Amino acid sequence: MGKIVAVTGNEACAQALKQINPDVCAAYPITPATDLMQRFSSYVNDGKVDTELVLVESEHSAMSACIGAAAAGGRVATATSSQGLALMWEMLHIAAGTRLPIVMPLVNRALSAPLNIHGDHSDGMGARDTGWIQIYSENAQEAYDNTFQAFRIAEHLDIRLPAMVCMDGFIVSHSIERVEYIDDADVKSFVGKFQAVNPLLDIDNPKSYGPLILTDLYHEYKRAQHEVMTKVPNIALEVAADFEKMTGRKYGLFEPYRLDDAEIAIVVMSSAAGTTKDIIDNYRDKGVKIGLLKPRLFRPFPYLEIANALKDVKAIAVLDRADSFGGYGPLFSEITGAVMSMDTKPAVTNKIFGLGGRDYLPDQAEKVIDELIKVAETGKVENIKEYIGVRE
Amino acid sequence: MTTKPLKLRELAKGEDRFTHGHRMCAGCGAPIVVKQVLMATDYPIIASNATGCLEVSSCIQQYTAWKIPWMHSAFENAAATISGIEAMYRSLVKQGKIEDKEVKFIAFGGDGGTYDIGFQSLSGAMERGHDMLYICYDNGAYMNTGIQRSSATPFGANTTTCPAGDVIPGKLQHRKDLTRIMAAHGIPYVAQASPANWRDMMKKVQKAFEIKGPKFMNVISPCNRGWRSKTNDAIALSKLAVETCYWPLFEIENGVTRVTVKPK
Repeated sequence: MGKIVAVTGNEACAQALKQINPDVCAAYPITPATDLMQRFSSYVNDGKVDTELVLVESEHSAMSACIGAAAAGGRVATATSSQGLALMWEMLHIAAGTRLPIVMPLVNRALSAPLNIHGDHSDGMGARDTGWIQIYSENAQEAYDNTFQAFRIAEHLDIRLPAMVCMDGFIVSHSIERVEYIDDADVKSFVGKFQAVNPLLDIDNPKSYGPLILTDLYHEYKRAQHEVMTKVPNIALEVAADFEKMTGRKYGLFEPYRLDDAEIAIVVMSSAAGTTKDIIDNYRDKGVKIGLLKPRLFRPFPYLEIANALKDVKAIAVLDRADSFGGYGPLFSEITGAVMSMDTKPAVTNKIFGLGGRDYLPDQAEKVIDELIKVAETGKVENIKEYIGVRE
Repeated sequence: MTTKPLKLRELAKGEDRFTHGHRMCAGCGAPIVVKQVLMATDYPIIASNATGCLEVSSCIQQYTAWKIPWMHSAFENAAATISGIEAMYRSLVKQGKIEDKEVKFIAFGGDGGTYDIGFQSLSGAMERGHDMLYICYDNGAYMNTGIQRSSATPFGANTTTCPAGDVIPGKLQHRKDLTRIMAAHGIPYVAQASPANWRDMMKKVQKAFEIKGPKFMNVISPCNRGWRSKTNDAIALSKLAVETCYWPLFEIENGVTRVTVKPK
C-alpha cells in the first residue's frame, strides 16, 4: 500500500504528474488550476522530473505548444480552468482531430460574465464536443487516480486521443483530504513507456501534420474520430481493472450507489455526489428506495450502460452544475438520451445547482428527493428544469 | 556543420525539400522564399506553418510538398507550435531518448499570421528564447482569404476591406514596422530579406542557423493576385522594393544594425 497523505486535489494531481514525469508541459496560470502547475514547476526546478516546462504567454499557446510537443513524439501534459479552457477551445479540437494523447487536469470553474473564480462545470461542458475524453472526479483521490488512468487511455494505441481529468474548483482543488499515494515504481510500470506514433522528430521519415481536407474526405475523417471514441469505454474498463489490481480501488464508466433495488435515482457528477450519497443514506434509513448514479466518463458518454443501470427506476432527478440557457442542462440531455433506449421510460427532472461555486447543501438534496418521491408516485413532472439553491 | 557555399551551380544540385506540385498560384513569391530558405542549409529542419496560402496549398489530403517534418495546427500559433516541437526535442535529447542531430526549427507565417493574429504567440516564443527561426513572408495583406487589409498593408493601399472608395481612398493607416518590433525583443538575430537578393537572403538564413536562440526574418513576398501584378513580376517587384528603399535589407545582430544591401 502506498503512503497516506493529507493533500489538496491540486497537490494530488501535481504529485501524479511528478510520478508520470511527462517529457513536456506547456502551461499558463489560471485560478484555481494555478496551484497545480505551480507545484509542478517546483518539481521541474528542483530536478525531480525530466520535464521541459514551457511557460507560455496564454492558454491558446499552451495548447498549441502541447500539440507541437505531442506531434514531435513524447508524453505531454498541461492543466487549466475556465477562461483558460475557453481560450484553448480552437486548439482542443485540433488536438483531438490530430489524435494527440495530451492529458490535461481541468479544475472546473465557472465562465464569465460575470467574472467568477469558483467551481462549476460550465468550462468542461463547453468543451464537450471538442473530441476530448472527459473523466470527472469526485474528490482528490479520484483526481489523482484518474490522472494515471487518463494517460493509459489516451496513449493506448487503439485510441490516441487527448483526455481531460476534471475536478471541482476549490471544493476539491483546494480542500485537504485523505489521499493514498501510489509508489513511484508502481506508477512507472502502470503508465509504461510512451510509444511515439509518427513522430515529427523522426527526421529520416518526414511526416506532414495538419493537412487541408475538404468535402471529399472530411466527413469520413470525422466519422473515424467518432468511431475511435466508441472504443474508449472498453479500454477505460481494461485500464480500470489493471488499476484495481494495483491499488484495490475500483473504477467504472460511472459509479452506481445503492442503485440495485432503487425506485428513484439522482444523477450527479463530481464533488456533489459525495454530499448526495450522505442524504441518500438518511432516506434509505427511512425506507426510501433511492440510489445515485455518478457519471465518471462523460465523453464518450456510456448511454447504453447507464440506461441499463437506471432501467428499473421510476423517476430520476438529474443535477447539473452547468447550464444551457434556453435549454436543459447538459447532463440532463445525456441522461434523457440514455432513457430513449429504455422500454419503460422513467420520469426525469432537471435541477440546476451550484453555479459559480454556490454551495450545494444537504437541504437542497432533501428537497430534490422529496419531490422525486412524489414524481415517482404520480408519474408527473411539473417543471422539467428548475434552479435549486437559488435566491428569489 | 560547415556553411555551404552559395554557388548557384552547387545549390541547383541539392534535393528540393519543398517540391513542385504544390498548389500555390503561378508567380507567387512565397514558395520562392521557402525554397531559398531550405536550400541555404543542409541541417535537418522541422517547420511549423501558420494557416495561410502557403499552408493550404502545400499539404492537401494525402499530398504534401514538404520533404521535411512539417506541422500546421492553426492560424495564430505557428510560433507556439514550433516552440512545443523544439521543447520536446530538447527534452528527449537531454534525457538521452533521441540523438542530437543538430535539428533546426523554423516557423513560417504570412503577414496576417505574424503581424496580427499570431503576434502574441510570436512575441511569447521569442521572449522564451526557443532555438528557432521565424520567417514571415510578407505580401502585405490577408491574401488567402481574398486580399483584406493587415497591419502590414501599406498606407493608401486598396484592399477588399479598405477599398479605394468615393469617400475613403484606401488604407488610412501606416504599416506596422514589425522587424523593428522584433528587434526590440532583444533577440540575437533579426533581419529583413528579399527573394530578389537571393544570396543576401540565404546568407542571413545561414547566419541565423549558426546562432542559438530565437531569430526572426521578415521577407517581402509579392502576391500577383493581391498586388494586381503580372505572374512573372514577383522577383522584379521584390527587387524594386529594395531599390526604392521600401524594403531595406538589413540585419540586427546582437543589437547592432547593419545594412546588407545598399541601393544605388
